[in-house]
Amino acid sequence: MVPWYSAFIVGGILCLIGQLVMDLTKAQITPGHILVGYITSGAILSGLGLYQPLVEIGGAGATIPLSGFGHLLTQGTLKAVEQKGLLGAFSGGIEAAAAGITAAVIFGYIAAVIFNPKG
Amino acid sequence: MEEQNLELKNIEQKEYDDLVNKVKPKPPVLKNCIWAFVVGGLICTLAQFIQNYFMGLGMSRQDAASYTSIIMIFLAALATGLGVYDELGKRAGAGSIVPITGFANAIVASAMEFKREGYIFGVGARIFSVAGPTLVFGFAVAFFIGLLKVFINS
Amino acid sequence: MPGKKRGKQTVVFHNPPVITSSASIVGPDEGKGPFGSYFDQVLPDYMFGEKTWEKAESKMLREAVKLAINKANLKEDDIEVILAGDLLNQTISANYAARDLSLPLLGLYGACSTMAESLLLGAMLVDGGFFSKVVAATSSHHHTAERQFRFPTEQGVQPTVTTQWTATAAGAVVLQSEGSGPRITAATVGKVVDMGQKDMSNMGSAMAPAAVDTIKAHLDDLKRSPDYYDLILTGDLGKIGKAIAEELFVVKGIVPKPFYNDCGVLLYDENQDVNAGGSGCGCAACMLCGPLLKKMQEGSLKKLLLVATGALMSPTSMFQGESIPCVAHAVAVEMN
Repeated sequence: MVPWYSAFIVGGILCLIGQLVMDLTKAQITPGHILVGYITSGAILSGLGLYQPLVEIGGAGATIPLSGFGHLLTQGTLKAVEQKGLLGAFSGGIEAAAAGITAAVIFGYIAAVIFNPKG
Repeated sequence: MEEQNLELKNIEQKEYDDLVNKVKPKPPVLKNCIWAFVVGGLICTLAQFIQNYFMGLGMSRQDAASYTSIIMIFLAALATGLGVYDELGKRAGAGSIVPITGFANAIVASAMEFKREGYIFGVGARIFSVAGPTLVFGFAVAFFIGLLKVFINS
Repeated sequence: MPGKKRGKQTVVFHNPPVITSSASIVGPDEGKGPFGSYFDQVLPDYMFGEKTWEKAESKMLREAVKLAINKANLKEDDIEVILAGDLLNQTISANYAARDLSLPLLGLYGACSTMAESLLLGAMLVDGGFFSKVVAATSSHHHTAERQFRFPTEQGVQPTVTTQWTATAAGAVVLQSEGSGPRITAATVGKVVDMGQKDMSNMGSAMAPAAVDTIKAHLDDLKRSPDYYDLILTGDLGKIGKAIAEELFVVKGIVPKPFYNDCGVLLYDENQDVNAGGSGCGCAACMLCGPLLKKMQEGSLKKLLLVATGALMSPTSMFQGESIPCVAHAVAVEMN
């Protein structure tokens, strides 16, 4: 098991990088850009075999940031390719991410039914 | 003549850009970074405690991680519904955007926002307005990496 | 008798229309600002008893118009035309307000410059003898603007140092050919100026050149020096836009500095969480219809040049990589 302070430091640093990108680049970076950037970089780093070591050190500190979600997609795809070949490239990513996406949609919809935006 | 005008306009705009950058205050980078680091770190720490708890119950690491994500998404949805997450986001910046809770917040906020336009074309259509692009890029990159793997294997 | 046009962009009115009454309704945060006590009504919340924020904004506009008509001792029927606009797609706040009032409507879109645009056109209609009683009005609402132009309101987004806060406010004035009150003596129609700014969270910087361009045109066309006015007031440049405008004044050789200010800077207190200041149609509208016209009635302010500034982009044009075109219209309001 990964100790909590490792998760704190790795997760904190990953967020800090995002903050630096937001504050120091000239173009206007919206949360959407940050999310896309993280999932893409996570997926690519994972493909290069560079993300798994970070998960070993940081645990949730590496899997909870959205780059971890990208890592999950890539690893799911790679594993499925090993088993099913080309079909795996089509199905593996979404299978691996299914729990998270469905949770977000279900909870999102329920929240929309229950709550009103307060602004 | 027209080209010359265009060039003049470009120079004028460049000069104006310089003026804007001179007058514009610098963002409080250090303060923002501390907020981002601490809030992002704390969210991940909470997730680590949850994950460790599930693993303590004998769950595999993979399943524990999935349950952890689901719980974090639930907590983010709740905080968004109660109107707390956007207040946190004002201070924490990337600290509350980068974790999966930020992804959940984007989904829930979009869904709630368009409730008044109806449950099908309001909530249903807009729920992925921010998170959709994220998934598109995630799926696409993972697919191409998988495709590459197929070629390497063959 | 010389014509009414001066220079290239400016008109003077031979029978300056009178602002016989004005009304303002603002949201809770605007009510907490330094001018809170000057507004006719401060709403306790953002809903105004309606089901959606859009309906609330439209109601604010409608109620402000009603109140202004009432204060002028007129009936709704007496008004011949209402000139109004707002920030929402197809200017729905104005459309639905005019529907409920069943008054003839000339709908306008000048983004946040709408208050000056409606005053300018209203004054032309009255001075031209086409109508004798018209209403000019506009509104904005923080949440409706946020969800249309930026992000869902519950999304955790960090504001930048240049972000401005769209004011929740509506203002309306009654313009008449006769009566007592401050008069609209001249007006300048602004050019669309675009200095290539693309940052949606830095509108003040995009709009400042348009404001300065219109002020310079106004002064040149009328051969006036800036100190003709007791106050030159831009609409919603905010702190950063104001600082840039001051730099541009120096470049253009006009120095209204001690008499220059901005509604977006004035509307909120230092400690209110609005970053670079206020923005939105309602920003200039409520400042004019609240504190400014009251001060003119009292006699503590005699000559005012209101230069409302508007950014004319749409979310679509921004996604397509276009820069932000801006416009500013100026109206001179004078009290004898």
